[in-house]
Amino acid sequence: MTVKTQTQGQSETAAPVAPAIQLIGVSKSFGPVQANKDIDMTVAKGAIHGIVGENGAGKSTLMSILYGFYKADAGEIKIDGVTTEITDSHAAIAAGIGMVHQHFMLVEPFTVLENVIMGAEDGPLLRPSLNKARKVLLELASEYELDVDPDAIVGDLSVGFQQRVEILKALYREADILILDEPTGVLTPSEADHLFRILENLKSQGKTIVLITHKLREIMAVTDTVSVMRRGEMTATVKTSETSASKLADLMVGRHVLLEVDKSDAEPGETLLEVKNLCVTDFQGVKKLKDVSLQLKAGEILGVAGVAGNGQSDLLNILGGIEAADSGEVIMKGESIDLTTKASAAMRRERGIGHVPEDRHARGLVMPFQTWENAVFGYHNNPEFSKKFGLADQKAMMADTKRKIEKYDIRPTNPHLLASNYSGGNQQKIVIAREIENNPDVLLVGQPTRGVDIGAIEFIHKQIVALRDEGKAVLLVSVELEEILALSDRIIVMFDGVIQGERMPKETNEQELGMLMAGIDPEAST
Amino acid sequence: MNKGLPKWADIVLIPLLSLTLAFLVSGLVVMFIGKDPIEAVKVMVSGALGKFGIGYTLYYTTNFIFTGLAVAIAFHARMFNIGGEGQAGIGGVGVAVVLLAVDWPHWTVAIVAASIGAMVFGAAWAAIPAYLQAKRGSHIVITTIMFNWIGSALIVYLLVGPLQAPGMVPETLGFSAGSSIPTLNDIFPAFDKHAPANISLFLALFAAFGVWVLIWKTRLGYEIRAFGHSEKAAIYAGIKPVKIIMVAMLVSGALAGMMAVNTVQGEAERLILDTVQGAGFVGIAVALMGRSHPVGVVLAAFLFGILYQGGGELSFAMGIPREMIVVIQALVIMFVGSLENMVRIPVERLFVRFRKGAA
Repeated sequence: MTVKTQTQGQSETAAPVAPAIQLIGVSKSFGPVQANKDIDMTVAKGAIHGIVGENGAGKSTLMSILYGFYKADAGEIKIDGVTTEITDSHAAIAAGIGMVHQHFMLVEPFTVLENVIMGAEDGPLLRPSLNKARKVLLELASEYELDVDPDAIVGDLSVGFQQRVEILKALYREADILILDEPTGVLTPSEADHLFRILENLKSQGKTIVLITHKLREIMAVTDTVSVMRRGEMTATVKTSETSASKLADLMVGRHVLLEVDKSDAEPGETLLEVKNLCVTDFQGVKKLKDVSLQLKAGEILGVAGVAGNGQSDLLNILGGIEAADSGEVIMKGESIDLTTKASAAMRRERGIGHVPEDRHARGLVMPFQTWENAVFGYHNNPEFSKKFGLADQKAMMADTKRKIEKYDIRPTNPHLLASNYSGGNQQKIVIAREIENNPDVLLVGQPTRGVDIGAIEFIHKQIVALRDEGKAVLLVSVELEEILALSDRIIVMFDGVIQGERMPKETNEQELGMLMAGIDPEAST
Repeated sequence: MNKGLPKWADIVLIPLLSLTLAFLVSGLVVMFIGKDPIEAVKVMVSGALGKFGIGYTLYYTTNFIFTGLAVAIAFHARMFNIGGEGQAGIGGVGVAVVLLAVDWPHWTVAIVAASIGAMVFGAAWAAIPAYLQAKRGSHIVITTIMFNWIGSALIVYLLVGPLQAPGMVPETLGFSAGSSIPTLNDIFPAFDKHAPANISLFLALFAAFGVWVLIWKTRLGYEIRAFGHSEKAAIYAGIKPVKIIMVAMLVSGALAGMMAVNTVQGEAERLILDTVQGAGFVGIAVALMGRSHPVGVVLAAFLFGILYQGGGELSFAMGIPREMIVVIQALVIMFVGSLENMVRIPVERLFVRFRKGAA
């Protein structure tokens, strides 16, 4: 299959300029679920347009329709004022639309050049395409601050650079409209700033940008106009200059929400968990933790900030009994715990360590399990759930689940529903309910609100603070700096397997933490 | 997942539709070789379910229940046990060793001992691939297939060597009279006297119940299912993968081995070559069709029993070659196992449309 890069839809018409994207009455349903209801949206040429909305509000579906992954049930799409039938991604590319997905679509062992030309080769031989791409890439690099070594292996690049490759791919295909889906989720604050500079450059060259995000701060910082989606409907489109983050949040949720966490000062007690010189190497021989030491006290929330992949996951997994450590010691209430491969997560739970894992889909829940099975997951061998002959006391499990459903306001309330049928927020509530209700002394919490809607975030944060107020210790790992700053009583920043610094939330700010996350010590003069 | 489909449609309607399609295509195949498909259906049904045939059908059904359950339980732990053939064969060695070693006074004692022998030997034959998978990551599909060949070679060696009865025939001595278990004819005179179906059918049904309890009512079964759905989640919950792989495969091997109580103790009453005759592989189809649920496995096993026995009748009565029967079985497996989505997706669409209309 040969794909030619086409330059349709670029014809510059005289003023008045038609909007770059115009959606008229777009609807899409999946079975009984209506993901998009009669959406109208207009994005002006050369604007940065934000789309915000909670998980499941229909943002991704809408963009997938625009990019040709789904076909709309009804409605019309106009690109540059021309009605366009976008049947697949080739048609989208032909119409000048490029997309940067949340999860990159890159072949990691290939070089940057090979990735860029993939699917857009000019002929059966690669060399001419590669040479052409090299030239184009150099031009783009100087034009937009998009410099990437064209011969680097993509897998060796940092996520920030990988994202640039994605943008380059779209630009190489002569995209005039660039859709970015949650682009900053994996970036450090400085990388995000760089991305926004790139976007500004693109805008100044007349490109149109659609930015999908749940980070209101970013919307406020870079967009010209913003659309809010709720439950499949476009509830508002406003000029960014005429709104505020809290107004947008209210529009997203449909009621007033508190963006700040309401909590009293911590009253740290005795040290519950002490980590000494923890080291671990992954199967590729990369050192993931290098002599990490920390203390976790009763009645405090210790926030661990850092860009994903700097050792936070390994710290959680070792403390949670999922991974073994190479060396080091962990002391829980005066007794050291087993860090070898003989340990298991069940042993940690017996010691009073609960764990809300970073990835609730892969670890925290068994997706094809019913709620009552998930609500006791990991605690299923507890005496209250056991009967003779290895039988499970399913009545007790069911009763326990119903209690959790009520107390944690898990919806729908049906204990037989499969985990996959819940929204992200309710899935996370199941995990939180299970771990907190088992009354741990230490709770490990990884990315508690990733992919969780704002209403549920508020609830989950309250639960974590309540646990702290009971005198329990919480180790909070999050890539969301806002969350770390809002919840933590003390903050450590991890970079490349090392604790790069420790700060008190009231005495620091996002800029300082951002520098620490990038491995720069703001206080070091050398 | 199965969005929009009620449970009954998922469990009953889709397999039935798939089956119907399989039989329609089979009918075409029969027509193609110049035979009358309607006649063929008649012969098949009467041959499999008639007074004479049913005793054979149930005999095959017993085999397929055991091997189907064996595959099903391994499926729940996401282990693809292709080794039912070898495990059932070695289970036969277990039965023979136990029944030859002692002059059993009564069949009730003998069947318990033979069952233990069958389970231990079958489980042992599954244990090596299971261990290699659990500890070394050697793929269970590859190792169990290889163990089928090793097992069959081992049986040949035993039957021309250490276990061979005096003479030239590769078989053991006949078991003593005390170990002969009752056939269905002994219990229900309505069954034909020569039919091989025996009381191990009830063992098979009991095993199906046992598997149901294990999978859905015990904490171990819960762990097996959790592991089967997501190894990462299982580890997070403190479930040890090595333990689950070993346990699931040992139970699987033991169930496959149990088939030998039917064939070796019940029918041959001595160990001969090739007692399994492909039942280990049929078990895979049975488990697939039965959705790894014991009830489904029993029903699917009965269906395959009918296909086996009725198929034999077809070649006998209508001169349809035996290979054609294999084609029909393959069609059933193909439609029910691998082409399921061909039926499922349109049915799902229909249901969604129907519901929208109703709402």
